Amino acid sequence: MGDDVGFGGLAVSLVLVAVALAIGWRLRLRMQRDLVVSVGRAFVQLIAVGAGLAIVIDPKTPIVWSWLWVVGIVVFAAATVRRRAPAVPGLFWIALMANGATATIGLAVAFGLGMFPVEGRTLVPIAGMLIGNSMKSGIVATERLVEALSERRPEVEARLALGQPWSAASRPIVRGVLRTALSPQIENTKALGIVFLPGAMTGLILAGVDPVDAVLVQLALMYLILGGVATTTAVTALAAVRRLFTPDHRLVALPRSTRDTG
Amino acid sequence: MPGAPLFSFEQVSVGGPEARRLDGLDAALPDGGLTVVAGPSGAGKSTLLRLCNRLEVPSEGRVRHRGEDVAARDPLELRREVAMVFQRPVTFAGTVRDNLREAKPPREDDDALAELLESAGLRREFLGRDAGELSGGEAQRACLARALATQPRVLLMDEPTSSLDGEAAAVLERLARQLVDDGTPVVWVTHSQAQMRRLADHVLLIAAGHVDRSGSAREVLGDGR
Repeated sequence: MGDDVGFGGLAVSLVLVAVALAIGWRLRLRMQRDLVVSVGRAFVQLIAVGAGLAIVIDPKTPIVWSWLWVVGIVVFAAATVRRRAPAVPGLFWIALMANGATATIGLAVAFGLGMFPVEGRTLVPIAGMLIGNSMKSGIVATERLVEALSERRPEVEARLALGQPWSAASRPIVRGVLRTALSPQIENTKALGIVFLPGAMTGLILAGVDPVDAVLVQLALMYLILGGVATTTAVTALAAVRRLFTPDHRLVALPRSTRDTG
Repeated sequence: MPGAPLFSFEQVSVGGPEARRLDGLDAALPDGGLTVVAGPSGAGKSTLLRLCNRLEVPSEGRVRHRGEDVAARDPLELRREVAMVFQRPVTFAGTVRDNLREAKPPREDDDALAELLESAGLRREFLGRDAGELSGGEAQRACLARALATQPRVLLMDEPTSSLDGEAAAVLERLARQLVDDGTPVVWVTHSQAQMRRLADHVLLIAAGHVDRSGSAREVLGDGR
């Protein structure tokens, strides 16, 4: 077998999807339709993205197209965060600012300090990994923030009733939310190489790169991602909590749960 | 403003047209004694109380505290002046001492904090107890002590005994009466007729967001209260 998976190899991987479908059917999870849709959607999206990427990262294509692609990722990430926690007013702009700041800082370190050459083939995937992970933590942070403030409204109001400003009244909750949102990335970083071989490194090794070189690339990326996740999560949660209180220090009406059940 | 009511409500509505919790309510609570706000569930009693310390704001109308428009007051200052004890005791993580300090009392040493506890009927030994391990009655008294730590001039009590047994409820009623006798007006929300008859100096009965009757306990409840 060569380096390429090919459409034949892809078809073989569907065997495991069939196993998942069988489990879903046997246990009556009623998730078979979602599973089929997700598999089909991932196929169409990634084929389209692959075709687009092939053009964008072609060395003959001006680098500005890669930068525009990065801007697109940031905007899409902000829209996704907003969709998952619609109770937070202005969340799109908060997430745009947070993910934009993460992308700016992360890419400045990655390329400004010469870790990677500034090329489409490095810029787009690094930005994708950076923002993809930050977006996930941003979603966890905002969803959890709205849920925790809603569930613990009596505690928040008991603090407000003592004359505490919104920032003090929400502080214990914000701390808990930040811990919840950051801990998966910290655990991932701790378990790196022991529990799992991360994506970039696996990809490089599969593509025939020396494992030590692949490890160095992966470590650099993990540190960037960790910093990016911390930045996005903190900026998103701290800006979002401000929007959930009125100027006269009252907690706004909140839904009981923000979980996307649709 | 001398002679002004403790709180007055002028054509106060809360909530949108489809879900009015108070609807053009006009009322005045006298400045002194223990005023009981009573009525059936959903009548708007708690909403009325929450308007007094601006945890809620009217969609229409005006609320005044001793003649001053509540909306014109600094909300944080107002809430320290108009303290509140909630229906269910809400303690914060940590010891009772930590809980009292959250209210930023003027003095934070153990002697001062023990005095606060005593005014809420708890002994000094409770200072070091984990607030999460108190019984319902003890927790509600710790919450009362925490509310008193802001040195309020008025105390709002929103069905404070609804989750307590009879004995713990009686202790809290005695403490409220003591505060009134010491010069702090108390506004107490209840849906219990018996409690209203035991406690009230003044009564405000509300139903479906409107005032049903108001006046002194004798006027509203009759001599056989």
